[in-house]
Amino acid sequence: MEDLPSMTVSQRDQFLVLNDVFRIYSDFDASDIATQIFTVEIQRDKQLDYLMNGLRHLGPSFSSLDANRPWICYWILHSIALLGESVDDELENNTIDFLGRCQGSDGGYGGGPGQLAHLATSYAAVNTLVTLGGDKALSSINRCFLRRMKDPDGGFRVHDMGEMDVRACYLAISIASILNILDDELTQGLGDYILSCQTYEGGIGGEPGSEAHAGNTYCGLATMALITEVDRLNLDSLMNWIVHQQGVERGFQGRTNKLVDGCYTFWQAAPCVLLQRLYSAHDLVLQGSLHMSQPRDEDHEEHAHDEDDPESDDDDSDEDSNEGLLLTFSYHLQLNLVALFEDCRRVQPVFDSLNLQRYVILCSMVPEGGFRDKPGRPRDFYHTCYCLSGLSVAQHAWSKDKDTPPLNSDILGSYANHLEQVHLLHNVVMDRYNKAIEFFHRAV
Amino acid sequence: MDSDATVPLSERPEWSDVVPLSQDDGPNPVVPIAYKEDFRETMDYFRAIYRSDERSPRALRLTEEALRLNSGNYTVWHFRRLVLEELDHDLFEELKFIESIAKDNSKNYQLWHHRRWVAEKLGPAVAGKELDFTRSILSVDAKHYHAWSHRQWALQALGGWENELDYCHELLEADVFNNSAWNQRYYVITRSPSLGGLKPMRESEVSYTVKAILANPGNESSWRYLKALYKDDTKSWISDPSVSSVCLKVLSRTDCFHGFALSTVLDLLCDGLRPTNEHRDSVKALANEDPETNLANLVCTILCRVDPIRANYWAWRKSKITVAI
Repeated sequence: MEDLPSMTVSQRDQFLVLNDVFRIYSDFDASDIATQIFTVEIQRDKQLDYLMNGLRHLGPSFSSLDANRPWICYWILHSIALLGESVDDELENNTIDFLGRCQGSDGGYGGGPGQLAHLATSYAAVNTLVTLGGDKALSSINRCFLRRMKDPDGGFRVHDMGEMDVRACYLAISIASILNILDDELTQGLGDYILSCQTYEGGIGGEPGSEAHAGNTYCGLATMALITEVDRLNLDSLMNWIVHQQGVERGFQGRTNKLVDGCYTFWQAAPCVLLQRLYSAHDLVLQGSLHMSQPRDEDHEEHAHDEDDPESDDDDSDEDSNEGLLLTFSYHLQLNLVALFEDCRRVQPVFDSLNLQRYVILCSMVPEGGFRDKPGRPRDFYHTCYCLSGLSVAQHAWSKDKDTPPLNSDILGSYANHLEQVHLLHNVVMDRYNKAIEFFHRAV
Repeated sequence: MDSDATVPLSERPEWSDVVPLSQDDGPNPVVPIAYKEDFRETMDYFRAIYRSDERSPRALRLTEEALRLNSGNYTVWHFRRLVLEELDHDLFEELKFIESIAKDNSKNYQLWHHRRWVAEKLGPAVAGKELDFTRSILSVDAKHYHAWSHRQWALQALGGWENELDYCHELLEADVFNNSAWNQRYYVITRSPSLGGLKPMRESEVSYTVKAILANPGNESSWRYLKALYKDDTKSWISDPSVSSVCLKVLSRTDCFHGFALSTVLDLLCDGLRPTNEHRDSVKALANEDPETNLANLVCTILCRVDPIRANYWAWRKSKITVAI
């Protein structure tokens, strides 16, 4: 390695990563098609092996995560769900039982059996149980813990006399929203607190004054969306900051002038997609019509008899009878509505989704299973979860709403790599979320 | 610290009265960790005294052992705080303890929360210590998120603002791309009780920032900071000649990235700047495309080309332009 005395630490660090990544890209581009096809394919068997093994046993080095075991459950089980799979009944029951042992008398979950209840591990436990689904899992969740974590200043603390930050706010509100117990007491002053954490850069920091940061940006935006106060944020500057966090490697970094990391694929792409959908919905309201380039259906009705309208220029339009015209009209109206519908249900993502997917697949994905931050770092379950979640978000980024499936061209590696869609505000697989909501709205 | 911490707890006489409590993992736990023996045993004894709520000197020592094995265990930190209070323990010693844990792993929320708790109890007397501690962490990792949060908290709660702007400058001299240092600069000029606030500081800060921009026009941090100096004051933002001038200077150069200068011009136009001929000529000189009559549109078009990663974003910005210039 040549001496680079004129580079600052930031420049040097960035240069080293860039080198590694671009070498991977050029090796890939130079390889034959068959190799390329194989390389971009997510090896589902290997991924599932890695995940299932983690669920069953973890080595001593995991002692550093001894206070985070519900997180490990969530990272693994959510990853399995993203891959379109589920675990057998035995593992499911064991997970429910284990999480039950992590649960305290006030309903909150700790990092392991007998540990103090904590918002982060409660979020992880709730999301795990939602992912598992089924009445047994969902009915095991108990609700009282959240109120005690509320701080008079509007935010939330992560545990008794614990730290207070934007992350804690998101954890509490996400749980409350899924369990259908969101109320004024919980949301009181919250919007003000999060607003005070949006920085001059446009992103959101952990506490008022802290630097704009991907994880906190996701947490802040998602919380504001859940409490329907999103418009209070400066959305233009937020959007601007996020898109600038996609670096030369095409992956996302977490802060200005910092390094790319696979996990930011989720923390940055999710708010991006969310913002675009918010802008679209806003345009919808503003213009009173569908936001796309084709004529509105109202316009079409007006133009149905317009000779200049190319749609009316066909054989049927030669018929004199009203019935004929009506048939023509309704047939073309249907065609146009379908085209209208499809066009208005898709949008060009503001970030470069395919190249983002390329970074994740070529640089973060480990062929033997698991995902990592960047080349040279070891794989782990946290990165596996957020790289897969981020990939899912990237694949679905062209969809304006949750019911519009991706096209083959939206997915790097084609449909074989398709991952289940997530709910952007909670990061659980969509249909599991829907079942949970059904359950908790019934239970009221 | 026990006289010989490598002796298993079960063999230490002072613990002979305690029955260790094993973890209630159940018969078929998921994500089970194959704990090493010393880890398992230490936590079994911790569980016992946590359950019995024993707030004694030996309990304090035990929490230290547990934290050295896993500094992420917030339950242990929480209980340690209860014991420290009960024993009215020397909190200056506690600061040293935290520093020793930080040596091995400074990236955990719990350690910093604990530090904040201790510092808050000790008050303004430790303002200097907190600045020294965070400075030492930042000397190893100048962007350490927790260290910066703690430093900001310490300034606001305990004081010591006097040299902070100088400290920011020191860090920026070493690495002008350190966004955390720019963020801290903003924190200082907006909140320091010894400075006048954003407006009075604006002129000197603009001058500082323009210099930084001209030295490294591709440095995102400095451009964002420049805009920040005009927060909530769009009128000044579009009318201050320094802002236009730095954009035009950068655009006239051939040796650097033009993206930030162009996007700043775009923002100015969208905020109401009436472009001069100089603006128009500068932008047109960079256009390969047919110059559009709407200058903001043209800027977006050029940006799609010079900043291709964000081509979709600049196209989206173009679609949102409402100013007719």
